[in-house]
Amino acid sequence: MFKIMFSNWDALLSGLGYTLMASVIALIASLIIGTAFALMEISLHKWVRVIGKAYVEFIRNIPLLVIAMAFYVIVPQFIMQMDGFTAGTIGLTIYTSAFIAETVRAGIQSVPNGQMEGARSNGLSYMQAMTHVVFPQAIKLVIPPLGNQFINLVKNSSVLAFVAGFDLMYQGKLIANATFNTFDTYLAVGVLYLVITMPMSYAMRYLEKRWHTA
Amino acid sequence: MQNFINAYSAVNLSYLLRGLWVTIEVSVVSIFFSFLIGTLLGIARYVKIKYFSAIVGFIIDLIRNLPLLLLLFFTYFALPNIGLRLSVIPASIVAMTVFESAMLAEIIRSGIGAVPVGQMEAARSNGMSYSQAMLQIILPQAFKKMIPPLVSQFISLVKDTSLATIILLPELTQHAQIIYGQNVNYTIPMFVALAVLYFIVNYALSVGSRIIDHRLN
Amino acid sequence: MKKLFKRMSVLLAAGFLILVAAGCGKPLADQDALARAKKADTLVWGVKADTRLFGLMDVKTGSIKGFEVDMAKALTKQILGSKGKAELVQITSDTRVPMLKGGNVDAVIGTMTITPERQKVLNFSDSYFNAGQSLLVPKDSKIKSVKDLTAGTKVIGVQGSNSVDNIRKVAPATKVLQLSDYAQAFTALKSHQGDALTTDNGILYGMSQQDPRYVVVGGSFTKEPYGIAMNKGQTNLTNAMNKALKTLRQNGTYEKLINKWFGDVPGFDIKEVG
Repeated sequence: MFKIMFSNWDALLSGLGYTLMASVIALIASLIIGTAFALMEISLHKWVRVIGKAYVEFIRNIPLLVIAMAFYVIVPQFIMQMDGFTAGTIGLTIYTSAFIAETVRAGIQSVPNGQMEGARSNGLSYMQAMTHVVFPQAIKLVIPPLGNQFINLVKNSSVLAFVAGFDLMYQGKLIANATFNTFDTYLAVGVLYLVITMPMSYAMRYLEKRWHTA
Repeated sequence: MQNFINAYSAVNLSYLLRGLWVTIEVSVVSIFFSFLIGTLLGIARYVKIKYFSAIVGFIIDLIRNLPLLLLLFFTYFALPNIGLRLSVIPASIVAMTVFESAMLAEIIRSGIGAVPVGQMEAARSNGMSYSQAMLQIILPQAFKKMIPPLVSQFISLVKDTSLATIILLPELTQHAQIIYGQNVNYTIPMFVALAVLYFIVNYALSVGSRIIDHRLN
Repeated sequence: MKKLFKRMSVLLAAGFLILVAAGCGKPLADQDALARAKKADTLVWGVKADTRLFGLMDVKTGSIKGFEVDMAKALTKQILGSKGKAELVQITSDTRVPMLKGGNVDAVIGTMTITPERQKVLNFSDSYFNAGQSLLVPKDSKIKSVKDLTAGTKVIGVQGSNSVDNIRKVAPATKVLQLSDYAQAFTALKSHQGDALTTDNGILYGMSQQDPRYVVVGGSFTKEPYGIAMNKGQTNLTNAMNKALKTLRQNGTYEKLINKWFGDVPGFDIKEVG
């Protein structure tokens, strides 16, 4: 395993780089999109709520692979050029945004209603009350699940291997094919995934415990 | 439009449905086994037996933090090394079960943890043994609360079966790929079909869970 | 409960040990494949399901059809007698080596070129098909041969195929994208993910036959003799395979199958392949 790791260090490292890049981009983008849909889901207008809910329910029930493949295969045929990394990252973003929307919505709704009412009666607008009063309280509840979403993103970004997205899994497949040493290659790839995900996972558990008891 | 009509020919549809059947088959069997194993692992992690629980916990964490894609590859190619030649369906079930058991173990551990400690103490002081109390008092309460996260994990499992296309499991996504691989005009109709079929199965699961959850709580 | 778990963990450990002991003695890859096949009256073949003419999934029947599938069945009958069954397992260029090394299949007949690197880890039979690498492009493409693959062009290949290494040698400036199988690769070409698709001419002619908007250009720029691959050390099976192959060539079965699959492929010279 170590032999494979050292002799293919450049390829593995670049794969890890693409994996992390896809995960970080998708996390930020899905945080924005997810929060927008979370706000739609709790909107005061019925139709906005319906649209928000429909998006979340639809995306949550479809495999990530199907979404990523659709972007890779369909978009370039009809709309525009799109490489595997881009298609995969967009797929990851859309998929994850639905889960983040649920997390953020639950976080916001767990802040007691009285907080919003109190802020409003003190003369704050709905938006002001949201950003100054509700969000800061919701964020503590939301951070650990968001951390877990990031771990999921790192793991899920392996679907980039299906669309030639240069990620860690893709590089692993190429190395396995070049060296014929499948077992050791995937062991090395596994270790590299764990180097990212394990510390994250323990850190999130620690935060959850601490903030839960606080 | 013509593409849609041609793409949904009886031949193609029946091929897709055969794929859906494999998806459901693999999902149901994996759900069954991973629920059993996940419950045992979850309890093992909760009861804190010296060393044993810690080791179990570490292995669970390792598996949870790896991409399923990697586990699928590993299982399929590594099983013959211990003398087992499994065809692709059982091999996929083994890989899915290993992964999902670890995911479920975490859910079940925290579910049991959420039952107030007083419940156990009360049951014990009423003369129940530890295992009686666990089986008759704690677990039923824990499962009641766990239905939403459990079912959403099951939905993940159904979606995750699509990843087994990497070892050529003849499930829904792979069958769709074969159809549009042979005629590029069928790409959009096939993706629409995939979205609809996965949505129906998973939405049914989540509606079912909401009904059960509502009845129990 | 704690007691129960202690008992259970002992049982689990014991079960695991038994499994390892039972398994460790004889990983499938190390057993004599021919002896096992004779005992089971079954030879397990890895075949392609994504490659027209060689091995392609027939959506109607759910079975795989092609030249290599017919060859696998004919060879099985030669080796195991008329009762012998050929069990077909789907492979891709990406999965075929680990499946052979692991022991998921006994032999692979799947457009696999005999190369010195592969011979280090696998046994090969004599060649049963002589292909050559070429390019598939859209009809109106400016690319007419490998010389046109300059910087800025993208070529699609398949993971685990040696055509990817070859193209890097003859056209080092081009960017290579590797997909997991031929169906995905052809779909990617149709989705404009690359300017050309490269692999062996036989496979490319199959794609061109399926969708005439794409043509094979530039002639072949390598020699690709296909062999049946078996795990390293399976000498008995390799010898039996070569003997059976010779018999099929002598009794006319081979020619019949070549004609059946490649006889009416436009632009394809069947005299070159045997």
